[in-house]
Amino acid sequence: MFDTQPSREEILALITPLKDQPGPLLVMLHAIQTQAGYVPASVIPVLADELNLSRAEVQGVVSFYHHFRDRPPARVRIEVCRAESCQALHGDRLAAHVEQRTQLRFGESSADGSVSLHPVYCLGLCSASPALMIDGAVHARVTPERFDELLAQAEAKP
Amino acid sequence: MSAVSVYVPRDASAVALDADGVAAEIGRQARERGVAVRIVRNGSRGLSWLEPLVEVASPEGRVAYGPVGTADVANLFEAGFLAGAPHRLSLGPIDQHPYLKSQQRVTFARVGVIDPVSVAEYVAYDGFQGLREALQTSPVDIVRVVTESGLRGRGGAAFPTGIKWKTVLEQAAPQKYIACNADEGDSGTFADRMLMEGDPFQLIEGMTIAGLAVGATQGYIYLRVEYPHAHRVLGEALAAARRTGFLGQNIMGSGAHFDIDVRLGAGAYICGEETSMLESLEGRRGEVRVRPPLPAIKGLFGMPTVVNNVITLASVPAILHKGAEAYRQLGSGKSRGTLPIQLAGNLKHAGLVERAFGLTLRELLYDYGGGSASGRPLRAVQIGGPLGAYVPASQFDTVVDYETLSGIGALLGHGGIVAFDDTVDMARMARYAMAFCAHESCGKCTPCRIGSTRGVEVIDRIVAGTDREQNLALLNDLCETMVHGSLCGLGGMTPFPVQSALKYFPEDFLPQSPVASR
Repeated sequence: MFDTQPSREEILALITPLKDQPGPLLVMLHAIQTQAGYVPASVIPVLADELNLSRAEVQGVVSFYHHFRDRPPARVRIEVCRAESCQALHGDRLAAHVEQRTQLRFGESSADGSVSLHPVYCLGLCSASPALMIDGAVHARVTPERFDELLAQAEAKP
Repeated sequence: MSAVSVYVPRDASAVALDADGVAAEIGRQARERGVAVRIVRNGSRGLSWLEPLVEVASPEGRVAYGPVGTADVANLFEAGFLAGAPHRLSLGPIDQHPYLKSQQRVTFARVGVIDPVSVAEYVAYDGFQGLREALQTSPVDIVRVVTESGLRGRGGAAFPTGIKWKTVLEQAAPQKYIACNADEGDSGTFADRMLMEGDPFQLIEGMTIAGLAVGATQGYIYLRVEYPHAHRVLGEALAAARRTGFLGQNIMGSGAHFDIDVRLGAGAYICGEETSMLESLEGRRGEVRVRPPLPAIKGLFGMPTVVNNVITLASVPAILHKGAEAYRQLGSGKSRGTLPIQLAGNLKHAGLVERAFGLTLRELLYDYGGGSASGRPLRAVQIGGPLGAYVPASQFDTVVDYETLSGIGALLGHGGIVAFDDTVDMARMARYAMAFCAHESCGKCTPCRIGSTRGVEVIDRIVAGTDREQNLALLNDLCETMVHGSLCGLGGMTPFPVQSALKYFPEDFLPQSPVASR
C-alpha cells in the first residue's frame, strides 16, 4: 500500500504495463485499487494524461462504479447482502443486528476508521442465504451470533 | 499404500461455509495419523444445504459426507471415512442421491466431479471433444449445428444463439470478438458462478468454438468483481489451457488462434445489460447504448461481437460433441435442451437442479426444494432475478419454460427462483424493486433514473393510505411509462415485480396489512 498519495512515478509504474490493452481504464483502476486499497485523487490527472481523456471523464468512470472508493478502506470492511434471496431468509433482521452491533448505518465508516458497513447486491450465495463478506472473505447462512464471532475474529487480526 | 482421494469443494458457497477450514483440517489430521490423502478441491454438486460436502473415492465410487465442519473431521477419520465407512454424516454414494439421480446434467455434468483446473481430468470426461469436432467443421456448419440444437440465450433474453452467431459470421470486419457475460448480478442466480468455479474449461471450450464459428480470435469474460473465487479459478484454468495447447496460438495443432482475457466489473448491476457491459469493457461508464446497431454488427470497439451468457457458451461443447439432435430432443415446446435452475431463498433444499425444460414450479419447489426452510407455507416466488415477476402459490403448477411463464406475465430470465414464506411483505418487496432500480440505474434515460425514485415515494404513500386511489393510478401510470419508455431492461422490467406484487397481493398494500412480519 502507498503510505501517502502516490507520486506520478509510482502511478506510471503500475499503469504503463497495461497501456497496450484495449480500453484499459477499468483495468488500470483495478490495479491501482488493488495496490493502494483505494483510488487516490492524485491518480486522476495522471490517468487523464496517459489515456488522452479529460479529468472529468476519468472521474466520471471512477464515480460510476460502486466498487471504486476515493479514500482508504476501514480496517474491517463489512459487506452485507441486501438482495431478495437473503431477504427471504430474514436478511433484514441480520442487517439490523449488524447496524446495531457496529453502531453504523449502511454506507458509513466509524470515526476512527476501524469498521465500515456497506450493502452489496448479491454475492451469488443465494442457496445458503443470508450471506455477507468481511474483508473479502465470504460467509453464508449467517446468524446474528455467527456474525458476532466473525466480527470479533476480524477485529482481533493484527 | 496409495493416497486416497478426498474431495472438498472450492466453490464459493462451500468456502462461505468453511470448506477451506475443513480441507486444511483433513490435511492436518492425515499427516498426524500418517495416512496418505490427496485432497482435490472440486466444484460444488449443488446440494447447498449439505455443504461443505466431502467425498471420498472408494472402490464402490464416490461416497459423500455432509455437512462437514472442522469439528467433525477427527471423528470421520476414526469412523474410517477414508474407506467409505458409515458415519452420522454419511450420505452414501453421491451419484445415487435422489436430488442428483433424477437430474439431467448436461452442462453441469462435470461440475463437482472433476478437479476444475486439471486439463487431464477434463479430457478424461469428454472435455475438448466439441472443440475437436469444431476444428474439423466449417464455420457455416458450426453455426448450423448450434441453430438446429434450438439453444437460446440463457442470460434471460432467450434469443436463438445460432441466429446471433450467423449475424456475426456474415459481417466482414478486421476483428471480431466473443464477449462472455459473466456479470451474474441477479439475486437468486448462481449457475454462472458454479460453472466457472466447477468446470471453467467448458466455458473456455465454448468460447473457442464460438470464435471458430464467427471468425473471432479474441474473447473477453466480463466477470463481476463480487466473484473473487471464480476469478482465481478462471485464471488458473486459462493458464492451464494455454500451456496444454487448447487456447492461444495453434489450438490443438490446427493452426487456429483464439485467446481469452478476463475483465473485472466494478459493482454495477447495469453492466449485466449487454451494451452497458460493452461500454464497461471499453473502459467507460457502464451506460446503456441505444440499439440499433446490434452488438452482433457493431459491438465491442465497434466490431461485430457475439455477446453470450456463461451458460449459453458452456452449453455449446456438448452440442458439437453429441450433435444438435441429442440436445434438441430434450425440452418442452420452443424451450429446447436443459436448464440449470437455481433454487434460492426460503427453501429447505436450495441448490442447483439441471433438468430438461418441462418441470412445474411445484415439482421444483417441493420435490427438489423440499418446501420452505422455515417450515411455514410458501407464499410467492420471484423468478428471473430482481426484474422478474412474483408468482403466487396458486400458480405453482405452471411449467417452467420461456413461453409458459411469459403466458402468465412472468419471465424465466437466468433461471433463478427465490422462494418466500408467508411472512413476506409484498408491498415491501415492491418498494425494494423500485429502490434497487434507483440504486443501480445508469442514469441515461429518464423513466428509469427518475421513475424509480418516484416509484418508491408513490408506494410509500399507498402503504401509508395517503390518497390511495389516486396514488394507485399514478403507480400504474408510472409503471407503464417505465416499461415503454426505458432504454433497457432495468427500467423497462422493474415494473414487473411491482405490478405482480400489487396484482396478486393487494392486501399487503393496505395500511392495516395482514402480513405477519409487520
